[in-house]
Amino acid sequence: MSEATGESRSEPAHVGDDEELTATRGTADVNEIPLRVRNLRKTFGGITAVDNAGFEVERGTMTGLIGPNGAGKSTTFNCITGVHTPDSGVVEFNGTDITGLEPYEVANRGLVRTFQIARELSEMTVLENMLVAPKNQRGEKLWRSVLAREDVNQQEYELVERAWETLDFFDIDHLAEEYAGNLSGGQRKLLELARALLTDPDMLLLDEPFAGVNPTLEERLLEHIHDLRDQGYTFLIVEHDMDLIMQNCSKVIVMHQGNILTEGTPDQVRNNEQVIEAYLGGEV
Amino acid sequence: METANIVQNGRQLVTKNPMAAFLIVVGVVLIIDVVRQLATGDITFSRILSLLWDGLMRGLVIGLAGIGLSMTYSILNFANFAHGDYITAGAFAGWATTYLIAGGFGAESSVGSLLLVGAGGSVFGGTLGINVVSTPLAVVAGLIVACGFTIALALLMDRFVFKPIRGSGGIPLLITSIGAAFAIRYLLRFVFDPGTRGTTAAGAVPDIRPTIIDGSVVFTMHDLALIVVAGGLMLGVHLLLQRTKLGKAMRAMSDDQSLSRITGIPTERVIRATWIIGGGLTGVSGFMFVLWKGTLSWNDGWLLLLLIFAAVILGGIGSVYGAIVGGLIIGIVASTAVIWIPSGFARAAAFFVMILFLVVRPQGIFAGRSTA
Amino acid sequence: MTDTEPDDEYAQRDDEEEVSFFGITFPNDGTMLLVLLLATYALYLIAGAVIGFPVRGLVNQLGQLTFWIALFAMSALALNLQWGYTGLFNIGIVGFMATGVYVTAIISKPVYGTGTSAAQVGGLGLPLSVGILGGVLAAGLLGFLAALPALRLRADYLAIVTIALSEIVRFALLSNTLSEGTVGGYTLGLGGGNGLILDFTDPLEALIRALSLPFDLVTGQEGFLWTEIYIGIIVNGISVFTPGNPKSVVDTFAYAAVLLLVLGGFYVLLRRTGNSPFGRVLKAIREDEDVTNALGKNTNQFKIKSFVVGCALMGLIGILWFGTQGSVTPNTFRPRITFYIWIALIIGGAGSNTGSVMGGAIFAAFLFQGPRYAKNVIETVLGEPSAPSSFSQAVAPILSADIVPFFLYTVDNMRQLQLVLMGVVLIVLMHRRPDGLLGHRKEIASSVPLDRPTGNKSLASDGGETDE
Repeated sequence: MSEATGESRSEPAHVGDDEELTATRGTADVNEIPLRVRNLRKTFGGITAVDNAGFEVERGTMTGLIGPNGAGKSTTFNCITGVHTPDSGVVEFNGTDITGLEPYEVANRGLVRTFQIARELSEMTVLENMLVAPKNQRGEKLWRSVLAREDVNQQEYELVERAWETLDFFDIDHLAEEYAGNLSGGQRKLLELARALLTDPDMLLLDEPFAGVNPTLEERLLEHIHDLRDQGYTFLIVEHDMDLIMQNCSKVIVMHQGNILTEGTPDQVRNNEQVIEAYLGGEV
Repeated sequence: METANIVQNGRQLVTKNPMAAFLIVVGVVLIIDVVRQLATGDITFSRILSLLWDGLMRGLVIGLAGIGLSMTYSILNFANFAHGDYITAGAFAGWATTYLIAGGFGAESSVGSLLLVGAGGSVFGGTLGINVVSTPLAVVAGLIVACGFTIALALLMDRFVFKPIRGSGGIPLLITSIGAAFAIRYLLRFVFDPGTRGTTAAGAVPDIRPTIIDGSVVFTMHDLALIVVAGGLMLGVHLLLQRTKLGKAMRAMSDDQSLSRITGIPTERVIRATWIIGGGLTGVSGFMFVLWKGTLSWNDGWLLLLLIFAAVILGGIGSVYGAIVGGLIIGIVASTAVIWIPSGFARAAAFFVMILFLVVRPQGIFAGRSTA
Repeated sequence: MTDTEPDDEYAQRDDEEEVSFFGITFPNDGTMLLVLLLATYALYLIAGAVIGFPVRGLVNQLGQLTFWIALFAMSALALNLQWGYTGLFNIGIVGFMATGVYVTAIISKPVYGTGTSAAQVGGLGLPLSVGILGGVLAAGLLGFLAALPALRLRADYLAIVTIALSEIVRFALLSNTLSEGTVGGYTLGLGGGNGLILDFTDPLEALIRALSLPFDLVTGQEGFLWTEIYIGIIVNGISVFTPGNPKSVVDTFAYAAVLLLVLGGFYVLLRRTGNSPFGRVLKAIREDEDVTNALGKNTNQFKIKSFVVGCALMGLIGILWFGTQGSVTPNTFRPRITFYIWIALIIGGAGSNTGSVMGGAIFAAFLFQGPRYAKNVIETVLGEPSAPSSFSQAVAPILSADIVPFFLYTVDNMRQLQLVLMGVVLIVLMHRRPDGLLGHRKEIASSVPLDRPTGNKSLASDGGETDE
């Protein structure tokens, strides 16, 4: 995992606005491993938040990323999604180097995140929230919105239909015309996941999706996530609640003090001495 | 060896901090140009000194007014666009008092004309012979009234304009303050009329004119008065912040308001203290500004406001020392810019420096040392 | 351009919502705006008629009122794109207006040779249409230059940057250095403190002459519409009613009508911009830029576009506003004008295009032109009384219970008090009605209705239209 390659960061192959965003290196490996992180390192003013972290996520799985507070989970997450630029290391998605890309570029490649505290667009309705998400909307070009209404409308009708379907799937269609700011905490989480889905992602990064969610809703959310995984979506979930991850993920990555402590199946991780040490060693 | 080091340091600077490198280059070019101008006789050394002195005085006014703006900006979390008009209001209140006393309570002219600071040319400051030497009582009384009036105005505005929407965030407060600014400014204009009046007789202020190197430089008693008052108050604020409990609370609040609410610092009391100190300094700066420059007009404060914002941003919002240093820098930039660029652009140069800072280093020079 | 069918469909949906204003409920926005405007005009007319204001003056007042309503509505619309939709805090509006009208002047003023001793600076002598295009582009370009570094800033910092920029523009216009010079054989310049005389073709005449081209071909007469129809029939026809200088009255009305048409254009443009995927992304940026970015939108690009388009429109408004005033001076372009436009937007409620139009109209009628008209009316009623020249002379008689001098002084200084009033109105609005005088207005950013597609399960949307 830590083959110390001192390679210079290759310039990411820039994919334009077109829809062709699939991998360029069509190897079997890429098909199996959409996300690959190597030697990731990020410091903030002398404090090393992530140090030489590396891991892989397999396609069509739910992978959990856990660790005590301050283990570097969020920083890793932010380095993958483009919020931070890592000091060194490589993030590869579907075979392309996406290190240091802007968040929107990462998202447009099919790697979409949600936020720890659900961040709805409060003064927009639930449907508007949903409709922001789809990629490459014709009407996002200003001139087309003004001059080529027919063209734009045609696509809009399709998107509206998809948005309703997705809201149906998450059982929040009755809220469609409500302002997102009026939703309850749990409804916002659902909305955020639904919205992320409308971007047509390959893989979803969920930042503590269950934090502050009541048990009933947690059940519902999990059900949805399992359904989506069965449909072929890949998930990487950062979570504080260890039990939740152990019960639901096929693979668990444990971070500690900026490093990857261990990774493996829930059983392997559960029995790992170091993990027990890290969690019970007073670090929590 | 030495040169190699310099070259290497230089290279590091360019790659790590290109903006700083750029500024250094600009600075060097400007200095070379000054040397050239001195050599060719385009400018005299004494003229440069005069400009620097002028900038220093201006900077003291800006810095003094900036302390209040910086404090409210960080503690109440909004850019108060009415601050400039507090300056004008303070200046008018103070000068009405000064005129009234210097005019012998109606002996020289009608009380109304005196109180309106000679609106419409009904009485002239020059005729009253106002300056710090011949009418010290009138000046000191004016200073005190300017201070007190501005404090009252700031508290009043806070109570009725800002406090009711304190919870709604910085932007609504900012917009509200613009409304307050226009209301105050045009109310002043309504009462005091739109004319610019001379408050002190030009040339009548006692001064010394020593010859320095190649020409004379003028230092007036009002320069001295400004240095004493501004310097004294700045020192006072420093002591207040460092030595008193109130000062510590204010520093804590500007660092993190919600935190200090939890730790039990009585925020409303601190906010009131902030307005009192900030308002007082602002009123004094307005009065001293007019004493120093010798004219008074209804939009003096507004014209100063953007320079004050520039100073506060340069020094880092929330930092009292930053406001002072930023004020001096902005004052000197605005005054000395005429060495290189046409005088019409001097103020623009100061704004440009501010924009540059906002873009490159929005946290200001004294970042991370707020209110300390 | 494509047809507007679907747009109208959407508009209809929107118009179904009832609106109320001061307790009176209207079936929709359009009706309310119409009633509001008619009531305002009636008020103006009645006030004038009651005191026997001369017909000519009355008619002129209505023309001017229309001019201001159109201008402020357009301005509020342009600002709404930046602030209401995208959350970009621009308080340098006046700088973009000045840029627009000055660049137009430089391009379209007649050429003055270097030899002419007259101190007046000239222009490039190009047609006004080129000048207007140039002015709009220049304002947009200035917006672009400001946007590149500034859009990363917090809203309050952007506010300070934009107002500083507008002052820098004013200093540049004032400067002696740039006041006059020779460029490539042309005597050009900004005129310094004296400003510029706008001696290009009157915009109204230029427009009518341009529209006249097809008629000119048929009739073989140059400027047929202008000479024969406008001057020949309309102006001469009106002269029967108002013999003295009828053209200026007709001009005022015709130009106001042109501005109303331009306002219509603005409205369609900005409504389409807003009710579209583009506008949706702008709103999303206003709500939370990080989230929008994380959803795959290049937020910087959207912000720059929104800012530049807004600035270009402000440039156009500057041209339409000041281009007919005969001359411009730099000190016209003080932050006061920016302040007017902000109040107009906040009256209407930021974020709503219909609100912006209404805010502009209300501001123009009641806060801007209203007090000035009231001053006119009162002074006419009282037979042009002489007001006290200073505040003390106005206040002193109050002690002896004589408030007439104070009243006269107040009327005489209406223009000062008007700004005090505006300031107070802004404060009160921010306290009581931060969403606008008309309350929160729901405008959905989409180019099509968002109802559940028919043919799907029909228990559909029961989620009520809660505006809370």
